[in-house]
Amino acid sequence: MTQQITCINCPVGCRMTVTLDDATKAVLSVEGNTCPRGKNYAIQECTLPLRMITAVVPVANSATPLSVKTASPVPKKRIPDVMNALHGLIVHAPVSIGQVVLPDVCGTGVDIIATRPLT
Amino acid sequence: MDNYADILIVGAGVVGCALARELSRFQVSVAVVDRGWDVAEGASKANSGIVHAGYDAVPGSLKAKYNVEGANMFASLCDSLGVPYSRCGALVVGFSDEDRKTLELLLDRGLRNGVPDMKLLSGEEARALEPNLNPAVTCALLVPTSGIVSPYELTFALADDAALNGVSFHLGTAVSAVKPLPDGGFLAETDRGPWRCRIFLNCAGTSSAVFHNQLCKESPLKITYRRGQYYLLDRPKAPPFARTIFQCPSAMGKGVLVSPTVHGNVLLGPSAEDIDDPTDTAVTQSGLDSVMERVRMTWPAVSLRTNITNFSGIRAHEESGDFVIGPVPGCPGAYETVGIESPGLSSAPAIARDLAARIAEAEHLAPRAERVPYRKPLRPFREMTPEEQQEAIRKDPRYGTIVCRCEVITEAEIVAAAHRPVPAQTIDAVKRRTRAGMGRCQGGFCSPRVAAILSRETGIPLIDITKNGGESYLLTGTLTEEAERRNQA
Amino acid sequence: MTDLQHVDILIIGAGPAGLAAAISAREDGIESLLVLERESQPGGILRQCIHNGFGLHRFKEELTGPEYAQRDIDRARELNIPIECGVTVLSVSPDRIVTCVSPTFGLRRIEAGAVILAMGCRERPRGALCTPGTRCAGIYSAGTAQRFVNLEGFMPGKRVVILGSGDIGLIMARRMTLQGAKVLACVEIMPFSSGLNRNIVQCLQDYDIPLLLSHTVTDIRGKERLESVTVSQVDQHRRPIPGTEQVFSCDTLLLSVGLIPENELSEGAGVQISPATSGAVVSDSFETSVPGVFACGNVLHVHDLVDHVSNESFRAGHAAAAFVRNRSSQPVPQAFIQVKDGAGVRGAVPQKIRPDPVSPVTIMFRPADVYRNATAVVACGDKELLRKKAMIFTPGEMVALDLKPELLRGMASTDTLTVRIE
Repeated sequence: MTQQITCINCPVGCRMTVTLDDATKAVLSVEGNTCPRGKNYAIQECTLPLRMITAVVPVANSATPLSVKTASPVPKKRIPDVMNALHGLIVHAPVSIGQVVLPDVCGTGVDIIATRPLT
Repeated sequence: MDNYADILIVGAGVVGCALARELSRFQVSVAVVDRGWDVAEGASKANSGIVHAGYDAVPGSLKAKYNVEGANMFASLCDSLGVPYSRCGALVVGFSDEDRKTLELLLDRGLRNGVPDMKLLSGEEARALEPNLNPAVTCALLVPTSGIVSPYELTFALADDAALNGVSFHLGTAVSAVKPLPDGGFLAETDRGPWRCRIFLNCAGTSSAVFHNQLCKESPLKITYRRGQYYLLDRPKAPPFARTIFQCPSAMGKGVLVSPTVHGNVLLGPSAEDIDDPTDTAVTQSGLDSVMERVRMTWPAVSLRTNITNFSGIRAHEESGDFVIGPVPGCPGAYETVGIESPGLSSAPAIARDLAARIAEAEHLAPRAERVPYRKPLRPFREMTPEEQQEAIRKDPRYGTIVCRCEVITEAEIVAAAHRPVPAQTIDAVKRRTRAGMGRCQGGFCSPRVAAILSRETGIPLIDITKNGGESYLLTGTLTEEAERRNQA
Repeated sequence: MTDLQHVDILIIGAGPAGLAAAISAREDGIESLLVLERESQPGGILRQCIHNGFGLHRFKEELTGPEYAQRDIDRARELNIPIECGVTVLSVSPDRIVTCVSPTFGLRRIEAGAVILAMGCRERPRGALCTPGTRCAGIYSAGTAQRFVNLEGFMPGKRVVILGSGDIGLIMARRMTLQGAKVLACVEIMPFSSGLNRNIVQCLQDYDIPLLLSHTVTDIRGKERLESVTVSQVDQHRRPIPGTEQVFSCDTLLLSVGLIPENELSEGAGVQISPATSGAVVSDSFETSVPGVFACGNVLHVHDLVDHVSNESFRAGHAAAAFVRNRSSQPVPQAFIQVKDGAGVRGAVPQKIRPDPVSPVTIMFRPADVYRNATAVVACGDKELLRKKAMIFTPGEMVALDLKPELLRGMASTDTLTVRIE
């Protein structure tokens, strides 16, 4: 089977065709890329696409929410789970920038960290 | 128990509010109801804001009488209420011999109506006064006594003065029907319960014929809803025109004008189209295009690059072509102002003075001895001298926080709007009272801040703050609520 | 009126541009400087840009907006740069007297040796589009919606159509979706998106949000809250094609239809404004037509990346510092080499270059259209000074052309450089 991928690495936006093994889903070939970065991206997107997630979470006793992110990208298919976990989170001041506010979110092994200080 | 007032005024437009103010001089209770969530929600907020000199109305008509009388009242009325008004003058421009004949007719009408100082000009003379006029203009009528006013600010001031003197305002209250009671007085059905009153006063604008026809089945009136669409341009560094520029009037109205506003913007419009729904204040591509087509005739160099907003208002045009003002025939205790279209704004002060006097006489109303003096709103921060600004901030530090950056409106002014006699309860109500959100970014910057201040001052939770009442919510939920809901579940 | 205060350099705005300018001026040894910020905290628009993707050029890592801002805020604190928040500048005079207000200090007048304009930009509102329809609630610029969600914790709507495919619109499509709203479509009048490919993929495609190119909103309906919008296809002249209307039932319309540099203060100071950028006309030292008044960041021209804003503003800060130090000694150039937009180029900045510059000059501009396998050229008459090839030029990505001083050597103020794409 084949999959169409638009490269995001630069404004050229190469349209790449990735051929996958029907059984193993292993990447057999990438066509349409103009650089190696594109090829790597296509392979990653077809095997284990990853995304950073950023959000804000409510702060107890404050009108201004706290901005947070995943400390590293998580599998794209886990986005709904992670957002669900974040929707249920309320944090308490103080929090420093980079501080973990939710460890190992949804068992991904990735922490949710604050992206600004909260005094 | 039903709500009761001696006098119930339906309609909080400029005419209803002017009448409320006049009637507050008497020893009666006066209530004003309106379906809008603010005063001036109908035609009074969306018109050209022109105080017409009175050359256009047919001599002998009520329009002619009240226009000329009313226009003469504006300078002192606006001064006493602190409402921006400027007698900037007008030019009616023509492009042909036929137009010139029309201008001569207008001049003749104006003279008969008592309009002073008018003069017919050649195209060159007109362009000497207004260099941005189309070279194709061949003749013009100069009308020095034509003026401009902020129509909604006038209505707010009239309403505030009335409220200070005991008139109660019931907004977001739609009257559906009115009927005389067997023992005298009237019953008005509203979506918030019935109202009883001794004297019923119909100032209901586009709905005014509805109530007339309920009270006076024998001689019904017919209102046509005539929509006018506008462009409002940002304040230019150099105003393109010092005066209001009209084209020759037609059967549909006074035509498309180009005019400075009292706040220094440029107003283009209105279109004229008859519609079926008296609440359909949408703008349409064809309506806007028709405005631009006509505006280019006056002002070939017009550019929409600085357009701030488009809006439309609906004029109540009565079939007879004239105002219908006075007691409702065959219905003692009921009075009306029907078909108040242009020059309704110009006429409103005179209509109110005259009709209130007639009501007082017919209904034997006793004057009040005392009157609460009107407190003009403080001058806008942006118009103060630096010394006044410094003093204002010293007395109230909220003058030091600029909330609307385009129009330079301070927090103190927004707080004041929320505490006026008829208080601002919505984003649009604040906007029209303070100009916060009226500028080139159209509230993109200040509307979240205005909403927060309004919530704090009125006690309305932020989530329930509306743009303009009803279901016009700004926000649909909070992240905190969502989190708490999920945690409980 | 209080006495006139004096500072060597006054910076208006504590967003990324103002912070960078302040940092570089301080690093150049300017003791007396002051940053004025109207918000309650420094950071500018980055505070609400909670998504990541900032800083790749400058820090070689991907930061979120608040993280990027915090680095500059921390650096400014290390350098003891005074940043006064809650202060709004009312006017700047041609002789650099800045009038500002705050609740604590009231009205103040500050005389500055140099002023750096760093006020940023604002969003184009609905009025700029003259879109027909009603004026109901539920129509927001994307940035206003972003502020509601990210800074205030409120959702502005549940069923959303986005007009304009600029990056803020795309980012908000994902943001609203992740917060539980349904984004029905992103509508773009041009045949291409001005947003980054990455945002089209990660903000729209990831969530199956259709991108309708060559479409626009032609009617807005709703008496109180928005009820529906009509979307029509447009022809090559961007005119709606009758018969292509589709109606989306929605309660929210977000507008991402362009940014405008916010130059009211600049104009009040008499600064000459370029019609191409809507920002100041500046020299290669980012000095405007008013001596000692500098401009950088989005108030000068709307940037694609904050990294470029910071770099430009560092240079502006250095230039302002040099101006203050050399005020008496340095002759003010009377004439400049002019920089003009040629074919395919919109808003080249700077618009003028001092003859015989000592440091490299970077010319930045936005392509007027999409050009594939094209070359950006800087020429002086028939002489080409620089050629830069690229597989693609798009309006969404700024082009930067670095001119070494030796390339400009010997050029006279009567010369004109033309920047073009061929």
